[in-house]
Amino acid sequence: MGKNVLKFEHVWFRYGEDLPWVLQDVSFEISRSEWVAVIGHNGSGKSTIAKLMNGLLFPQKGKILINGLEINEETIWDIRKQVGMVFQNPDNQFVGTTVRDDVAFGLENRGIPREEMIKRLKDSLAAVRMEGYELHEPHRLSGGQKQRVAIAGVLAVSPQIIILDEATAMLDPNGRKEIIETVKTVKEQDDVSLVTITHDLNEVTLADRVLVMNEGKVWMEASPKDIFAKRDELKEIGLDIPFVTKLAAELTDRDVILDSEPLNHDELLEELWRFHLNR
Amino acid sequence: MEISFKQVSYTYQPNTPFEHRAINDLSMDVSSGSFTAIIGHTGSGKSTLIQHLNGLLKPSSGEVVIGSYRLQPEGKLKGIKELRSKVGIVFQYPEHQLFEETVFKDIAFGPLNFGVDRQEVEKRVGEAMSAVQLPEELLVRSPFELSGGQMRRVAIAGVLAVQPELLVLDEPTAGLDPKGQKEMMDMFHRLHKQKSLTTILVTHSMEDALAYADHVIILNKGEKYLEGKPEDVFTRQADLRKVQLDVPEVIQFITKAKERFQADLSYHGQTIQELAEELALIVKGASRYE
Repeated sequence: MGKNVLKFEHVWFRYGEDLPWVLQDVSFEISRSEWVAVIGHNGSGKSTIAKLMNGLLFPQKGKILINGLEINEETIWDIRKQVGMVFQNPDNQFVGTTVRDDVAFGLENRGIPREEMIKRLKDSLAAVRMEGYELHEPHRLSGGQKQRVAIAGVLAVSPQIIILDEATAMLDPNGRKEIIETVKTVKEQDDVSLVTITHDLNEVTLADRVLVMNEGKVWMEASPKDIFAKRDELKEIGLDIPFVTKLAAELTDRDVILDSEPLNHDELLEELWRFHLNR
Repeated sequence: MEISFKQVSYTYQPNTPFEHRAINDLSMDVSSGSFTAIIGHTGSGKSTLIQHLNGLLKPSSGEVVIGSYRLQPEGKLKGIKELRSKVGIVFQYPEHQLFEETVFKDIAFGPLNFGVDRQEVEKRVGEAMSAVQLPEELLVRSPFELSGGQMRRVAIAGVLAVQPELLVLDEPTAGLDPKGQKEMMDMFHRLHKQKSLTTILVTHSMEDALAYADHVIILNKGEKYLEGKPEDVFTRQADLRKVQLDVPEVIQFITKAKERFQADLSYHGQTIQELAEELALIVKGASRYE
């Protein structure tokens, strides 16, 4: 994974001087090409973290560094070239009247030459499998397609970090699947780090690492397997665990000893099969 | 409240180039006191169907019967106000419809509009607040100062204060966190039982339909595709796949495990603990039939 591209150093944040701290002494790092999922119940500080990452908000104490560069009023425009963000509501993030105009918006803003723009437009739409939709009107697309176009718009400016702030929350199951597939492909193709803020537990199992937020603090930072092994503790802070993890735990309670923490159906079946053969 | 759709079709913008048939020859019955889940993709006709339930739309052909009220293509909507006082619809993101200065005024708006007297309205507002589990202190606050989850509860309280017999819920948990989703669904289930409501839940969540509904209707392209008890409908994996719907995760897993172990395993509404019990027996090789 190598060196970090994003670093929070003892970050404190509150929305007003007489209001409680939303983030308290938050420190963590994200490496190049890493996929980090941030989970936590509503009000745990997840979305604040996202907004701090690209300078929509600034911390009152502590530092946030992108590739070693501290985010502040002076660096913010450079930072935003490196940090792309996709929001929850697919209808709130379109500026263009066609898919092509919308994806090109960020490029025009940055004064990218036309030749280069055409190439990037094509590549980023291909990455989200929306080729052929260049002249469609964004508001007529399905929720999943809208979010894919939004991702393409972010990809086009080739950031180093892409943040998806509950980008699947308002989508139907098909839309969610489309986005997850897109995110997986993007991660494989590009040398980009991903931060997904999400409630979807099955989405969390795909990440390299998980950051669990609770009451403004980093509650735990570990692999999905290690996180979901703490099922009772997670329940206490209002979080759930995926079906497979729940079932595996119930099986363990019934003396079906599994070698590793399975995260999906196939892994669990494989473990069960091994147990069965060893009987 | 009994509901019956008899060969209902609905066409948007008929006789124009934009003509679009959203519901086609749909017949279905919802029995009084049932908890029915309606499932289908975006564009399957769910929203159009809902709008027939309180006469926001009239069928282009066919007939909709809601209790003693009949909706037909021709004729005036006589007694529509009475129907609307009996049918409460919680639309998607209902918190977007809040508009009053205080929580009290917002919840009271519906019943006052239906001519309920002041004293009764006050009583109903109190009851609605406790039904959605919000503290009375919030009544004097502006609804816009509340958290997202609280705002949604206020909007729902506004629907409950009209004391509907039929409660229609359009994706009521969208955008909430998992804990909030479960609390919200448990709340509707409790209200359903306590107030002997007829409840229609429009959802994408197979999990919720399985957990709360006693009847499931699957729509596809404006037509009824499947109908029955949740455990019967959701085990028809191949049929559901054809219309790009997934079966609930527990049933998916059971199907795979059954195949893998060639075991006598099926979904019959068991809890996760009961399923673990059955699986443990199978993998330990101690068949119940030995």
